[in-house]
Amino acid sequence: METLLQQLINGLVQGSIYALVALGYTLVYGIMGLINFAHGEVVMIGALVALSVTGALTAAGLPLWLAGALGIAVAILTCMALGWSLERIAYRPLRHAPRLTPLITAIGMSIVLQNLAMMLWGRNYMQFPALFPKAAFSVGGAHFTAVQIIMVLTSAAMMIGLAFLVYRTRLGMAMRATAQNSQVAGLMGVNIDRVVAAAFVIGSALAAVAGVMVGAYYEIAHYQMGFMLGLKAFTAAVLGGIGNLGGAMAGGILLGLIEALGAGYIGDLTGGFLGSHYQDIFAFIVLIAVLVFRPAGLFGEKTGERA
Amino acid sequence: MKTWLSPRSTAGLIMIAGALLALPFLAASGGQAWVRILDFAILYVFLALGLNIVVGFAGLLDLGYIAFYGVGAYVYALLASPHFGLHWPIWAILPIGAFVACLFGMLLGAPTLKLRGDYLAIVTLGFGEIIRIFLNNLDAPVNITNGALGLNLIDPVRLGSLSLAGTSEWGALSLSGPQKYYFLLVTLAIVVVVINLRLQHSRIGRAWQAIREDEVAAKAIGINTRNIKLLAFAMGASFGGIAGGIFAAMQGFISPESFSLTESVMILAMVVLGGMGHIPGVIFGALLLAVLPEVLRYAVVPAQKALFGSVLIDPESLRMLVFGLALVLVMRFRPAGLWPSPERKRELAEVSE
Repeated sequence: METLLQQLINGLVQGSIYALVALGYTLVYGIMGLINFAHGEVVMIGALVALSVTGALTAAGLPLWLAGALGIAVAILTCMALGWSLERIAYRPLRHAPRLTPLITAIGMSIVLQNLAMMLWGRNYMQFPALFPKAAFSVGGAHFTAVQIIMVLTSAAMMIGLAFLVYRTRLGMAMRATAQNSQVAGLMGVNIDRVVAAAFVIGSALAAVAGVMVGAYYEIAHYQMGFMLGLKAFTAAVLGGIGNLGGAMAGGILLGLIEALGAGYIGDLTGGFLGSHYQDIFAFIVLIAVLVFRPAGLFGEKTGERA
Repeated sequence: MKTWLSPRSTAGLIMIAGALLALPFLAASGGQAWVRILDFAILYVFLALGLNIVVGFAGLLDLGYIAFYGVGAYVYALLASPHFGLHWPIWAILPIGAFVACLFGMLLGAPTLKLRGDYLAIVTLGFGEIIRIFLNNLDAPVNITNGALGLNLIDPVRLGSLSLAGTSEWGALSLSGPQKYYFLLVTLAIVVVVINLRLQHSRIGRAWQAIREDEVAAKAIGINTRNIKLLAFAMGASFGGIAGGIFAAMQGFISPESFSLTESVMILAMVVLGGMGHIPGVIFGALLLAVLPEVLRYAVVPAQKALFGSVLIDPESLRMLVFGLALVLVMRFRPAGLWPSPERKRELAEVSE
């Protein structure tokens, strides 16, 4: 029972990160039908920029909270600029190309970003500054920390903010219109280029926040940290129904829970044959299962051709 | 097909054959390392042609191709190393490796047949990762793959009494290990090229092409799309399995590290850069990307030392950076590849209008 509660907490925390990153995938996919493979790398860049800026500022004598806040702000701005340039340079010229063309470009961009990051920050694991208080709590035998609470609350706030933006603002209305039918939206006076760019910029800002949270949670950052996270977040987006914002949030939390429970119990279930180091395969099994049995995802509409 | 080859292409073939025979000796003058590079280049040609069946002919974007290569390599390593104490001969193992890889290909293909395009890419990627995770972790409780440490002391290829490892002498002719592997690999590569060429214009090849262009239409004219797509996966996987077996024998050591996503992307880059579905283009792409890193290694390090006095960027990371950039730039400016087939070029021209 204690393990169950503990795994649920861990799953919820991990899931809230997946959800934040999944929103970036789903925003872009919903609007232009592109899997932005490089999205995980944006998360990684966000974490590494925050790490460097915070490190430099604390070295210059600023208190940690101020350095950390500035680090996060710089990371968000950098990622927004990165997302904008990715769209502008790599994807926009290919908007009318056959579907596989932008996907291959996205894979290429992912490799480029990873290797650029490796050149800038090196191959080694880096210590991420402890941005959040370390206080720990204990309820019913399960432990959780202040970092975890802050993470879940931040993700929830970001998601509410995004939902407000998409469903209550002019830009959000333009985004939804473009997602439904970009041609008609264009005829109605929506500036498609601006809407697509906005989707990339917003997704990247969420990714930067997710990157900082992952770094602060594990207290470690690395040039490859975004890749697996990106894949899993994509899985979460597919699980919830890609293109569907609520679906991405639910899918993220659900995937986090599945992983945590799976890793916690796989040893018992298989009589010790498979251990928790198989944690990473759950996401892929979920992905394959969803695509085979319910390609539209749990909350997605039937999209027919797309899947 | 009365005259199979025109005089012009016969002359071309003779020239290619001459070049292929002379290459290992030319390369050896620069050291055995270059012969090994040549061996790997041909192994990559082999792999790229296998992937070309799936990606180029049938249009199914497979990002987990390296898994089949890995399966083939592990089958060879398990059946011909001290790990289980088995030392089976190559002619027994390669078909088993091809068959097991083929089974895995079907295992991947069967559930993903309904998916297309980008979804298929992600699922195959996930499949490749699952295989790698299993290779990495199947050392407990029963030690099958020896985990991240990998398997070593793998037997070299033996043909009768001739071992391909070490130097052999026949009178004045002396062949080093890598040179002998070179001839084995070239022979196999030629077989694969011929199979590819024959497939391309066969009934199956045309069915693949039809599926690539328009699956619904292909179904409507009576093509059994399910079986034909499975066949593409199975054939591509078998070639990957055979290549993996040779790789294991040549290296004498394998570990899950060799079968990462990076490798899958690299082989995909070879196919895409060369020209999807165009056999000469794919061969060109594979040779280019296999030799390029070595050239970088020899050119970049001295250049940096001369310019900056130290090595700032190691050639390995530069290699991947160049791959990534190449993918992006080729998709932007030459989406049909550097050496596309005439048909593919035409199709893309039509789409962009």
